[in-house]
Amino acid sequence: MNYEPVIGLEVHAQLKTQSKIFCGCSTKFDAKENELTCPVCTGMPGCLPVLNKRAVEFAIKMALATQCRINEKSLFARKHYFYPDLPKGYQISHYDKHLAQKGHIEISIGGQIKKIRLHRIHMEEDAGKNIHGTFSSYVNLNRAGIPLIEIVSEPDVRSSQEAGAYLREIRSILRYLEVCDGNMEEGSFRCDVNVSVRPVGQKEFGIRCEVKNINSFRFVEKAIEYEMGRQIEVLESGAKVIQETRLWDSDQNKTFSMRSKEEAHDYRYFPEPDLHPLIVEPHWVEEIKRTLPELSSEKKTRFIKMYQLSEYDASLLTQEKSLAQYFESVVEICKEPKLATNWILSELLREFGPEQVESSPITPQHLGELLVLIMKGTISGKIAKHVFEKMLQTGQAPQAIVQKEGLVQVSDSTQIEALVEEVLKEQKVFVDKYHAGQAKLFGFFVGEVMKKSHGKANPAMVNEFLKKKLKGA
Amino acid sequence: MHITKQLVEHLAKLSLLELSPEEVERYTQELDSLMGYFEKLNRLDTAHIDPTFHVEPPTNVFREDEVRESFKREDLLPVFPAQEDGAIKVPKIIEAS
Ligand SMILES: [Zn+2]
Repeated sequence: MNYEPVIGLEVHAQLKTQSKIFCGCSTKFDAKENELTCPVCTGMPGCLPVLNKRAVEFAIKMALATQCRINEKSLFARKHYFYPDLPKGYQISHYDKHLAQKGHIEISIGGQIKKIRLHRIHMEEDAGKNIHGTFSSYVNLNRAGIPLIEIVSEPDVRSSQEAGAYLREIRSILRYLEVCDGNMEEGSFRCDVNVSVRPVGQKEFGIRCEVKNINSFRFVEKAIEYEMGRQIEVLESGAKVIQETRLWDSDQNKTFSMRSKEEAHDYRYFPEPDLHPLIVEPHWVEEIKRTLPELSSEKKTRFIKMYQLSEYDASLLTQEKSLAQYFESVVEICKEPKLATNWILSELLREFGPEQVESSPITPQHLGELLVLIMKGTISGKIAKHVFEKMLQTGQAPQAIVQKEGLVQVSDSTQIEALVEEVLKEQKVFVDKYHAGQAKLFGFFVGEVMKKSHGKANPAMVNEFLKKKLKGA
Repeated sequence: MHITKQLVEHLAKLSLLELSPEEVERYTQELDSLMGYFEKLNRLDTAHIDPTFHVEPPTNVFREDEVRESFKREDLLPVFPAQEDGAIKVPKIIEAS
C-alpha cells in the first residue's frame, strides 16, 4: 500500500527584545548562570508581571507578515506543570483566545508555489534550562521569561522536503522582520513536528506523533522520514500507532518515545489574573503595518523584474535581507546587476555565509568599485580575482591595491604589439606547427604573451594582435 | 459534578502532593460539598454575560522594552533550598526513555 505523511509544524521563535517578556531582566545570551533573574522571573510570591510592549509589536509584525487575522482581544492564561525549570509552577501563555490566527505563507517546491496555512500565532514565556549532573540537576533561570511566539501550522505539509522549505521560509520572514535572529544552536528558533501517515486517497488523518525539540532543518527532515518509515511499519504489521511525544536522537538517527511527561498532560489552564486581556486596536495594527519591510518573496520578484535576474539567482540573493541590501549597494555603484550577481554568488559567498556577508572585510562600496575597474578595462577579470583576494585580507580599497601593486592593465597597442612579436619570434617552432594546421596552439600563444606581461596585458587586444601577426607571418 | 476519590488522587498527583488514605477520604468529602455550592451558582443563567476574569475595565498595561538591573545572584540564590556554583541545585531529574 502507498502511504502519504500529514505533517504539522510548531515553531518557537525567541523575540529579539532587549528585556524579558514580563520583567526588565536582560535577554542576552552570554551571561553567567542565574545572573539575569529577578523576583518576577524566578516566581517569587507577591510580584506582578508587566507585559513588554515591543514583544507584542514583534508578534503582531509576524502575524501581519503571514497574513494572519489579529484578534482585538486576547487572553493570557496559566499553563500548569511541575518541572524544575519552571519556577512559578505555571507558564504564562496565550490560550483559547490567541493573538492571531488563520494566516498562510507560500513555499516554493520544484518551481511550484504551495500555500501552507497557519493555524495561529501566540505569545508565551520561555522556561529555564536544566543541566543534569551525576547526582543532582542544576537549574539556570536566565531563559525563564524570555519572550517567545509559537507559530502553529495547519497539517498542510506533505513531505520532509516541504517541511524544510516551510521552516526556512518562516525563519527568513522572522529575520527579514528583525523580530528573531533565527539562531537554532542558541535555541532562539526551535521546532516540534507532528507526523502521521495515511494510505494515499484516505481522507481521515492517521494517529499522529509529536517529535520535540529538533535543532536543525536537516534533523527535522530526517526525523520526519524516520517517523514515516516507523509508522508505516507499525500499520503494515496490523498494529496501531500510539499517540505520543517522541524525541529525536541525532546520534542514532532515530526518534524514541518520551514517556515521562505523558500523564501530566492536564495543564489546568485558567486565565492569568495578574495580566489584563491584551487589547490590539486596529489603528495600532495599521501603525505597525506601515513599518513592515519588503519581505524576501517580494524582493525576489522585484529583483527578477528590475535587474533581469534568473529566478535562481534572485532567490539566492534574497535569502538574507543583509545580502540583498549588499547586492543593491554594489549595483548602485557599478550599474551592472549581472556582473554584481556573478561576483557575489561565486566569489563572496564562497568566503562567507549569506548571514556574514554584511560583516565581511569587503564593503559593498569596495566591491562595486572593483567591478567598475573591470568594466573600464583598468584591470582584467583575472587580475580582479587577485585584487579581490587582497581586499579580503586587508580590507583595502581596490584602487589602492591596483596602484600599489602596479596591476593596471596594459592596453597600449605598441606595448602589446611588441610583446606579441617577441613571443612569436621565441616560439618559431610552434608558429610553424600552427601554420601546418595545429590551430589549437593559438591559446598557447595567448598564454605566453600574458605570462610575459605578468597577466596585465588586455586579453582582447592580445587576441587581436596575435590573429593579425599570425596571418601576416 | 461529583468529586470522587479517583479525581482527588489524580489532582494530588498533578500537584505533586502525597496524601494519606485518610486525607483522600476527607478531601473527597470536603471538595464534594464545596462543589455543591458551585452547583447552586451554576443554576443561574449566565449565557449572555462575559466572564469576569478581571474586575478593572480592560486596558493595556505595558512596560517599555528597557533592561533593568537584575537581582544580585548572591541575594537571590540563598532563597532556594540548595545551590552550587551559581546554579539552583535540585534532585536529579530523571528522563524516562
Ligand atoms: Zn526578571
